[in-house]
Parts: sequence; structure tokens; C-alpha cells
Amino acid sequence: MQDFKFDTMPSNTADQSPDSGTTAMSLKDTELTLGLPGGAQVVIVGGKSCSKRGYTDTVDFRSRCCSGESSAKAEQVDWPGNEISGPGNAPDSKAQVVGWPPVRSGRKKALKSCKYVKVAVDGAPYLRKVDLEVHRSYQQLLMALETMFDCFTIRRNDLEESKIMNPVNGAEYVPTYEDKDGDWMLVGDVPWNMFVESCKRVRLMKSSEAIGLAPRTPSCTSTT
Amino acid sequence: MPEPEVDTRRREIAGVLTGEFQSPSPDQVLENVLENVLLFLTSRRDRNAVSLVCKSWYRAEALTRSDLFIGNCYAVSPRRAIERFRRVRSVVLKGKPRFADFNLMPPNWGAYFTPWVTAMATSYPWLEKVYLKRMFVTDRDLELLAQSFPAFKELVLVCCDGFGTSGLAGIASKCRQLRVLDLIEDEVADDEVDWISCFPESGTCLESLIFDCIECPINFEALERLVARSPSLRKLRLNRYVSIGQLYRLMIRAPQLTHLGSGSFSSSDIVAQGDQEPDYISAFAACRSLVCLSGFREIIPDYLPAIYPVCANLTSLNFSYANINTEQLKSVICHCHKLQIFWVLDSVCDEGLQAVAATCKELRELRVFPIDAREDSEGPVSEVGLQAISEGCRKLQSILYFCQRMTNAAVIAMSKNCSDLVVFRLCIMGRHRPDHITGEPMDEGFGAIVMNCKKLTRLAISGLLTDKAFSYIGKYGKLVRTLSVAFAGDSDMGLKYVLEGCPKLQKLEIRDSPFGDAALRSGLHHYYNMRFLWMSSCRLSRQGCEEIARAMPGLVVEVIRNENEEDKDGFEILYMYRSLERPRIDAPEFVTIL
Repeated sequence: MQDFKFDTMPSNTADQSPDSGTTAMSLKDTELTLGLPGGAQVVIVGGKSCSKRGYTDTVDFRSRCCSGESSAKAEQVDWPGNEISGPGNAPDSKAQVVGWPPVRSGRKKALKSCKYVKVAVDGAPYLRKVDLEVHRSYQQLLMALETMFDCFTIRRNDLEESKIMNPVNGAEYVPTYEDKDGDWMLVGDVPWNMFVESCKRVRLMKSSEAIGLAPRTPSCTSTT
Repeated sequence: MPEPEVDTRRREIAGVLTGEFQSPSPDQVLENVLENVLLFLTSRRDRNAVSLVCKSWYRAEALTRSDLFIGNCYAVSPRRAIERFRRVRSVVLKGKPRFADFNLMPPNWGAYFTPWVTAMATSYPWLEKVYLKRMFVTDRDLELLAQSFPAFKELVLVCCDGFGTSGLAGIASKCRQLRVLDLIEDEVADDEVDWISCFPESGTCLESLIFDCIECPINFEALERLVARSPSLRKLRLNRYVSIGQLYRLMIRAPQLTHLGSGSFSSSDIVAQGDQEPDYISAFAACRSLVCLSGFREIIPDYLPAIYPVCANLTSLNFSYANINTEQLKSVICHCHKLQIFWVLDSVCDEGLQAVAATCKELRELRVFPIDAREDSEGPVSEVGLQAISEGCRKLQSILYFCQRMTNAAVIAMSKNCSDLVVFRLCIMGRHRPDHITGEPMDEGFGAIVMNCKKLTRLAISGLLTDKAFSYIGKYGKLVRTLSVAFAGDSDMGLKYVLEGCPKLQKLEIRDSPFGDAALRSGLHHYYNMRFLWMSSCRLSRQGCEEIARAMPGLVVEVIRNENEEDKDGFEILYMYRSLERPRIDAPEFVTIL
């Protein structure tokens, strides 16, 4: 029986409003620390992160809260020369300037969600598709899957381990994915962005069938 | 046109109609001959030249011009255009300047189609084609258009807004001769009207139906029936609400398509597991005439192999909405030997571009768009990709390249390898970025482009640039017609070099560059030859602009304020253009015409 671990992230990342008092968090967001992969865990307190970052979080700060909002702000009607600070922009990351780079907002909008993969669940009659770009973490992805396939719940024992199970028959499922080399891997083994880049499709496999997949190390992530 | 001569002509025509015909004078014969000859003259530049020869040639040309091109809808009034050109069948109208696409122009600035369609409705009963770019078009305008022109055949709207699906319904139902309905990068409001169902039930003459920009669902069953009863259909570009399964159904009904926009290229949200998916490959294989492929708006890369059968024939491939990686691109591009136009996202990386360079020897036009269009994004393509393209695609004529890292060496290489370049647009997304290897400004690279590419007419520059770059452009850019400048230059000299050195310059758009009133003055000798000048967030003062307005009465000088701006004298944008008319009266409050 495999326990499924996630790099947890501040759960309300996607919800941050431009005016919310998230400056402290945003500075942390852009801080590059040299933590060991899968080392430090993020502790969630009241929805905001306040301690060391997981590896995923340090690798690519552009997936931080400022990315989505900044480009959204850049499309607002505001006038040239007015530099707009996106929410959570740390002082050292550049404020986005209106109309720059010169890409039409229609195109920007269309590209915002653009990494679709099929999701299959053993025993479920329907395939779904999910847009990986829309999510920022494994946690969010699983929550989305939970919504899509309402026969599952994701039971959280504590903040670090979650299990996908079907409460009706008690079966446990392991999320797996096919990577670009055609290998089936366990979801959660690599940093989030690397997963998004290499994932071709997702399958929630019954735990009983998930043998032969690379065993998980006790600490959250493997080096890649 | 002088009135007495119009009357003479009218009387002559009236004489023919009433039977009081007299033998034509020799002059008249010559004019008739000229008119017949001019019918074959289509280039508007040639026609403009003809019209300047003498008065009778002017008249003859005016009577025989059927294609009216108006590059700036405010340069001439509908009334004046209609009075001169009486027998127009096709109209091209362009409105807002290009920087409006990037939210630099306040909304409601202008460029209304209404006065034009109203005037044409009564004066051009035989109008067949309307092409609009960056105009504000309302549903009522479309309704009037649909009602007024019984022979109407082609409507092409590019980067327009102001209308919705209810306007389209009117066009579909009333334009019985419609052959072309092309909606390209428009903003179309969702009025929840099923416009697809409005086409005539008894079969259509549709040859082209392009609606990939429409951001709302369409009635697919109605579309399927429409395609089935449109035997002349050659171009079909679907929006992202059409799934790949639906695409399949359309393709098997229309294997004669030459241009296909594939919609989402993704399964619909819920697909029964274990269901047999249709044989997409054979659907593509059946489209033997397919030369232009686009769409892929929400691509699931698994489906890419479906297009392999058509790759060898493709001359145009647009992947600019397809989030695919290097390997996925390689699997496709290796078959595309005939490709001439290729649009792609930088997600394919330099290595993907190397694959393009290795295969696409006929490439004429390349556009590389950023998947993450922010200044501080990662930027997966660089000088490596540009260099590879320059070495592999020697026939390149047009390039648009977004990146974060570039070197002068690569740009210089392109200037030497691709001597046919007509359009060179390089956008280094981080502002003021130098050559990332030498740390030097990008002056030498762009200098090489204007020096070596002797056919260059359009240039967009970026990166760290000093006045030197502009001196090169002024010295060598003798054919440059369109120049786009952002965050560049050191002083007024930069703009002076260009205004004094580029005799063919027609469209100049500048933002956030340190050019002031003195520089503006240096173009006085040239502004009447230009379509427009745009300068935003530069170092202009209101007095400087007023000086220009006083000196050049044939220019309309607009200064455009930030709507929130308290200071009534401050402004962000100078937009000025030549015009035969008095300044427009439809300008909003934040626009001041000097």
C-alpha cells in the first residue's frame, strides 16, 4: 500500500487578490534557497506559508502567485509608463509594464491554459482531461481530480500524506503518469514543473496493480 | 473633382441614356479607350500615379477604380471618397494604429465603421467586398451591410471589435451571395445567438469560413449541416469549442478543404473510456488538397500523429497556440519539406528550431511566439535558434522572434545568410537587454540587418540600443516603411537619424524612448509622406506638439491622456496623421486635437 505524499504549497496561492497583504509571503516566494531536494517542507498556517520552502517551490519562482496576477494586471486598462506592480511582486522582480512584451491579449489568454492531458481511472467509465498549467502543485491537481471523479475522496492524514480512496469499496488508488519517454511513473516524484513538462497522461491506478513502479523514497522527492 | 467637369460628364451619360446621343469627340474617344485600359490596372500605386497625369486621366482613373484602399479611416471622409470613386466594388479600411492591440490606446478612441457603411449603403449598391482592420464595428453596422448590398460576397474582419454573434447572424441570413466570412483575431461578443444556423438552408456558396477567434460555443450539428451543403468550401477554421471528434466528422464531409483550422484538437471533456476513437489519420489522409493547417488550441499532443499524412504537402503550419515540446515538434516537422509559413511557440526550444532549419528549406516566414509573455520569463529560445534558422532557411523573407537572450553575432549572421529579408522583427522581452555574451548593445546586429538586407521594408527593434543603432537605420534603411521602437535610444539624435534618413518611412511607432520636441521638429519635411506617427511615454511636451500642429495644417495631431490623469495638460500618447479633412468630431474626451 503506497502512501501518497505531496509537496504541499500554500493552499490559497491561486486565490490571492492583488490587494491582500501578502508581501511577506511574496518575498519568500522569490527567495532562492539551496535546500536539498525534498528536504524542507512547507508548513501551512492559516493558509499562508511561513517557513522553509520545499524543493518544488524554490526551483522555479515564476510559478508563484505573482505570475498569473501580474500578467492579468498587464492587460488592465492602464496607461503607458505606469508600471504596475503585480500582487506579491518582490522588490527585486520587475514590475510588468503595460503592453510589453507586445503580445495581443487574446493570444495571452488563449495560452493561459494549454497543457491538457487525459486522465483515466481504473474502473471509471469515462476519461477526463485536465489542464496541468492551471494548477500549481500536486495538491491542487489532486483536488481537481477529486472534483472531477466524485467517486473519490482524498483523505488527508496529516499535511504531508494523502491517500486517494474510494469510500464505497475501500479501494486505494495511486496516481501515476506516463512521461515523455513512455515510462509510467508515480505522480509526485519529481518537482511540479518537471512533472508538468514531461507528463503525457495520468492514470489513477488501483494500488494493487501499482507494482513495479519505482518505489518512493521516504523523503518526499527524488533527485532528477 | 472640379464641378463643371462632373456636370459635363453627367450630361454625356444622360445623353446616352435618353437617346440624345451625339458622336463622341476625339477627346471623348481617348477617354473611353483609357477607361477600358485602366480596367486592367489593379495596383493602387500605379493607379495613384495614373491619376496625377492630367485631369482627364484623373477622371478616367476615378471612374474605373473598383478597389478602394484607405489605410487610415480618418485620413479621408466617406463623403470625399465616395464622390471621387463612384464605382467601387471592394473597400479596405484600416482604423486604429497597431499599438492599440497591446492596450496602449484607451478604449472608445474611435475608428467607427458606422459613418462608412452608412455612406456606402446608398452610394455603392454593387459593393461586393469589405475588409476592415482595427475598426469598431457594431451589430447595426453589420445589419445595414447585410441589407444594403445584394451582391455582397466577402466580409473580412481583422482585429475588430464592437460586434457580437447577433451581428453575424444578420450577415449569415441576409447575404445570399456570401462566399467569404473571415473573422481573424476579433473580439466577438457572445450574444447567445446561434448564428451558424442562420445560413440559407438551400445550400451556400461559401468558400471560406473562418471563426477561430470566437470565444463561445457554436451549434455543432448546425455547422455539420452547413459544411455538408457548402460544396465550394475550401477554407474552414474552427474555434476551440470544436473537439477533435467533431473535427473528424467535418473533415470526412469536406475532404476538398485546402485550409483547415483544427479547433481544440483535444477530446471533449468527457470521453467514454474504451470507446473506439475515430481514425483521425485517415481523415487527414483523405484531405489531399490540404496546404494550410492551424488551430490546435487546446492540443492533447497524443493526437499529433494524425496530421502526418498531410505534412508533406503543407505550405503553411500554425502551431502558435499549441503547447508542444521539442520532441513533439520534431515528429511533425521532419515531414514538412514544402513548408513556407511556420508559426510556433517557443516551447519547442532552440532544438526545435534547429529541426525546422534542417528540414524547411523553402521557409519564407517564421514567427516564434512566447508561451510565457512576461519580461522575466525563462525564454526557451535564444540566439542559438536564430542562428540555426539563418543557416538552414536561406529563403527567409519575414521573421518575428520573441526571446530573452540574443547576440549581435546571430543577428549579423541572419543579415548575411538571409539576404531576401523584407520583414525583421526581433523582440527581446527583457527591456534594455544587451548582447548576453558580450554585454554590448544590440546596435551592431540591427545595423547589419539594415545594411545587408537590401529589400527590408519593415523593422522592429528591441534590446539595449543606443543612438548608434538609429544612425545605422537612417543611413542604410532606405526602403524601410514601417519601424517599431520600444525602450531604445539615448537622445533626440536617435529619432533625428531616422526621420532625416529614411525617405520611405510611412508608419513609425515609438514607445518609452527618450525623444523630445527637437527630434519631433526634425521630421517636419516628411510628415505629409507618412501615414502616421505614434509616440508614447517619450519626452514630448504639449508645446512641442502644438508647434507641429501649427506648422502643418494637413496633419491631425492628437494628444491622448490617461483617463485618470488629473493634469489636463499632461498626456501619454502623441498620435498624428495626415488627413484631407478637418479634425474628427467623434473623438472622446481624453483626446485633444491640437
